[in-house]
Amino acid sequence: MTDHSQGRSNVPVGGSMPQSRQTISGSKGLEFAEPLIFELGQVDRCGVDFDDVEISSDRLNGQRRKEAVGWPGLSEPQVVRHYTRLSQKNYGIDSGFYPLGSCTMKHNPRVNEKMARLPGLGDIHPLQPESTVQGALELIDTLAHWLKTLCGMPAIAMSPAAGAHGELCGMMAIKSAIQARGEAATRTRVLVPESAHGTNPASAAACGFSVDTIPANEQGRVDLDAFKKKLGDDVAGIMLTNPNTCGLFESDIINIADAIHDAGGYFYCDGANFNAIVGRVRPGDLGIDCMHLNLHKTFSTPHGGGGPGAGPVVLSEALASFAPLPYVVHDKDHYSIIEHTAHSDAQPFGRLKGYHGQMGVFIRSLGFILSHGADGLLQASTDAVLNANYLRVKLQDQMSIPFPGMCMHEVLFDDRFLKDTDVSTLDFAKAMIDEGFHPMTMYFPLVVHGALLMEPTESESKDTLDLYVKTLRGLIEHAQTGDSQFFKNAPILTPRRRLDETAAARKPVLRWTPCQSME
Amino acid sequence: MTVKFTEDHEWISINGDIATVGITEHAIEQLGDLVFVEVPEAGRTIAKGEEAAVVESVKAASEVYAPVSGEIVDGNSAIADDPAGVSGDPAGNGWFFKIKLSDPSELDGMMDAEAYKAHTE
Amino acid sequence: MRYLPLTDADRSEMLSEIGAKSSQDMYCDVPDQAILKTPTDLPNHATEMGIEKTIKGMAAKNLSPATAPFFLGAGAYQHHVPAAVDHLTQRGEFLTAYTPYQPEISQGTLQYLYEFQTQVAQLTAMDVANASMYDGATACSEAVLMAGRVTRKNRAVLAGGLHPHYREVTDTNARFLNIELVGPDADPTHAAYPASVIDLIDDQTSCVVVQTPDLFGRIIDLNPIAEAAHAKGALLVAVTTEIISLGLLEAPGNQGADIVVAEGQSLGNALSFGGPYVGLFATRSKFLRQMPGRICGETQDVEGQRGWVLTLSTREQHIRREKATSNICTNSGLCALAFTIHASLLGEQGLNRLARINHANACMLADKLALLDGIEVLNDSFFNEFTVKLNKPANDVVNALADKGILAGVPLSRLLPDRDDLTNMMLVTATECTTDQDVNALITALKEVL
Repeated sequence: MTDHSQGRSNVPVGGSMPQSRQTISGSKGLEFAEPLIFELGQVDRCGVDFDDVEISSDRLNGQRRKEAVGWPGLSEPQVVRHYTRLSQKNYGIDSGFYPLGSCTMKHNPRVNEKMARLPGLGDIHPLQPESTVQGALELIDTLAHWLKTLCGMPAIAMSPAAGAHGELCGMMAIKSAIQARGEAATRTRVLVPESAHGTNPASAAACGFSVDTIPANEQGRVDLDAFKKKLGDDVAGIMLTNPNTCGLFESDIINIADAIHDAGGYFYCDGANFNAIVGRVRPGDLGIDCMHLNLHKTFSTPHGGGGPGAGPVVLSEALASFAPLPYVVHDKDHYSIIEHTAHSDAQPFGRLKGYHGQMGVFIRSLGFILSHGADGLLQASTDAVLNANYLRVKLQDQMSIPFPGMCMHEVLFDDRFLKDTDVSTLDFAKAMIDEGFHPMTMYFPLVVHGALLMEPTESESKDTLDLYVKTLRGLIEHAQTGDSQFFKNAPILTPRRRLDETAAARKPVLRWTPCQSME
Repeated sequence: MTVKFTEDHEWISINGDIATVGITEHAIEQLGDLVFVEVPEAGRTIAKGEEAAVVESVKAASEVYAPVSGEIVDGNSAIADDPAGVSGDPAGNGWFFKIKLSDPSELDGMMDAEAYKAHTE
Repeated sequence: MRYLPLTDADRSEMLSEIGAKSSQDMYCDVPDQAILKTPTDLPNHATEMGIEKTIKGMAAKNLSPATAPFFLGAGAYQHHVPAAVDHLTQRGEFLTAYTPYQPEISQGTLQYLYEFQTQVAQLTAMDVANASMYDGATACSEAVLMAGRVTRKNRAVLAGGLHPHYREVTDTNARFLNIELVGPDADPTHAAYPASVIDLIDDQTSCVVVQTPDLFGRIIDLNPIAEAAHAKGALLVAVTTEIISLGLLEAPGNQGADIVVAEGQSLGNALSFGGPYVGLFATRSKFLRQMPGRICGETQDVEGQRGWVLTLSTREQHIRREKATSNICTNSGLCALAFTIHASLLGEQGLNRLARINHANACMLADKLALLDGIEVLNDSFFNEFTVKLNKPANDVVNALADKGILAGVPLSRLLPDRDDLTNMMLVTATECTTDQDVNALITALKEVL
């Protein structure tokens, strides 16, 4: 079977701590024991007032629902309290430092929430007559212009709903270009670095490509020789993240672009780490054919606990004509949206999503972009890289760094500094939680052992970084005293302690059912 | 009974022309707590190197490859029902499948216990 | 700059600590030819007041449904979202949290996802649901791919009443994976149904995809199709674009569906010009491991306290990579939260009443429209949306009414421009938001135009 070197136990081993004082109600001060809505609700309660209208079943084709849905009834105060209490168990960027590598957890400006809800933007229907939504089409086009200019690319597909969706879009455009050249049967192999995010090979496979992995060299970058050896007539392209998932700029990128083009392939760039270079480097100048942007990363739209995001894809001349439907066009002062191949002058490969795209996310990111402007975006990316390098120099004597030297907007450590302590990367991260810090990204990328990937972003003050450094240094010292139990018990100050992920996977309980609450 | 090992961390215990296949202690340790196992159905013909079974932990998923070609005689439903029963002991109950060998020469060159131990170090 | 905490003094100090003379030194690994030397032709920073003015200017150029009688649907619906929903989703701990990878400090997100999954499963009468997809159309596409994995067959039948966007998205994804899609064209007469679908099911069919209420608003009985599909070893994928219909109509799970996908936008989420929305995805327990998307599961912590975690992650891209069930990573968490909160406020009674009001308003509207000359209501059955046939191209009528400040409906030619037989047809919707004044304004305007 395939080799794995990073498995670890997911059954937590800590026992009950003396600090966990029991209360009668189950709540502890401002931390509330909050059941499920299904355990709180009653059938005859409701949080919205409606008249009880009679209807005849004549026009329902005999399909009137016979059984109850089963939803619990709650009044508005109960619902507000319930979700308020749930929110209090969560850590967000608003709560504190959130250095998740490759996620770009920067501040989400509040004016953007206001803008997204404006009448005339938040409430318009996508299929209203074009004449009644000119401002909306103008907004999409304005954002598109900014993104193309910042990237130095001539075209853009705005509709993908997230980064992974954008990857799919880019790879579909590439496959379409290959098909147009009559090479679809032969060019089936896509090269992907071993440090790539899992969405990259998954997206390639979703297009029907096979994936061939390129190893990293000792500088944490794509091994150029190994890459060149893998070129051939059957190569469709390369998917490269730049800056890469080790937080490093792929210095050979222009050579890589030239080589892949000479081999007849295309260059997909994963733009998740664009925050390092906005305003300073245009990916279009590096020779890429397409690149997705994560509006919910680089362009500050809220992560929302797992979306929604948006993943527009900038495209080169070679791929522009294959951009999916729909897309906005404008001439003089009139905007139109092209929704059908028959109305298009190009060869769109199809439609990826219902309606036009993540408009609510477009509005928020445009707010951010207009606020910063060209000068501010450059300052933001510079500050992001400065903050990451500051963490690097402040921690590298105590933490082990696999790829020394200047990093981009994120810094990668591995777990060698924890060798002989019996403290794993996971244990170390859980101890950070008790200190009020969300941990950095753990165990990614896979090219180093026990990875710790930290991305501070430009939204953090020097004071925050200094406190973070002080805390980490203290934890490292503690780890070196041999008190590994301290780390294995962590976290102890959180609403829940370590959770049994093994049991969750072995016997999945994925919804509430009435008999559960009776146990 | 002879027990041999593959580079992919499978053990194979041969008894006449029936072989029992499982995964090694080393593999189990690397995966972490196992949460899911899928074993092949009896009657299926399989070639050496083909994917025969799947084993998953919380954070990792692995294919178990057939170390030899032949016909599946039995898949161990006990471990499919309870992945905690998987074990690296060739004499125990934590095996994955039994296969009737179609080409015993495929066993030549496989590692013995000592060679496998050296391989994992 | 208001979003940047570093001062110039900080920057100087930090640069010197890292051994850089200028910020350009940090970019020493970037080939010099790649560094932008001349500034882009883009404006510099603006104040908050300034950007508000710019964006408000764009908003002002649009006709807002808040100021116009409004009758559009076609898969995105205007409903009243209680104020509490938006207030709660904007709490910073929900809004600015990431995916709950550290469950100890994400129990808020995880608990609401578990509630969401339960509500979706209950509404659709299915066993399990995931933590959301991008929207109904992509969920539909993923369902077809999943049916292919489950049945190991390569051919899907799409019923004619499937929303064209859902068909187009499914077609795009299927084409790249060489999955064959067959199915009849959208048929306003409904005459050939269900034979037009059932006749296409064979031993190579992985699934049959049926939308109810369908594109034209008709309510479909899924049972005969479920039977026909199962007889040939195929799955039934049921699709709903108006989730509130399930407050009144029989759930797909009680009609033999194996997978149910839907657009959840009607609950908690504004129209927002088409996105972000929230795709719902539910299935039977036996297919669980082939279900795409994130899933939240219940477990215990070390002290025996109930809690929740993301689970069954080995299906997903970050572990399975090219063998994943889907490439989806970020989904639609905050929209799922809005759905859950709205659903919690409604409860059983509220949902049922809301659905009845929608249907009652649509019946009233249909009856009044049927009295006019030049307009014919085509549906025998509908929930809150139906098809009308006009005496002239629907697009012209809609544009004329838009000039009068009325948003009359969706011409079918907007979705199916090459269908001459649909040119005079339009989809019209009424919801709980539709008032008598709205209806009277529509009637008056139609009399002038038809």
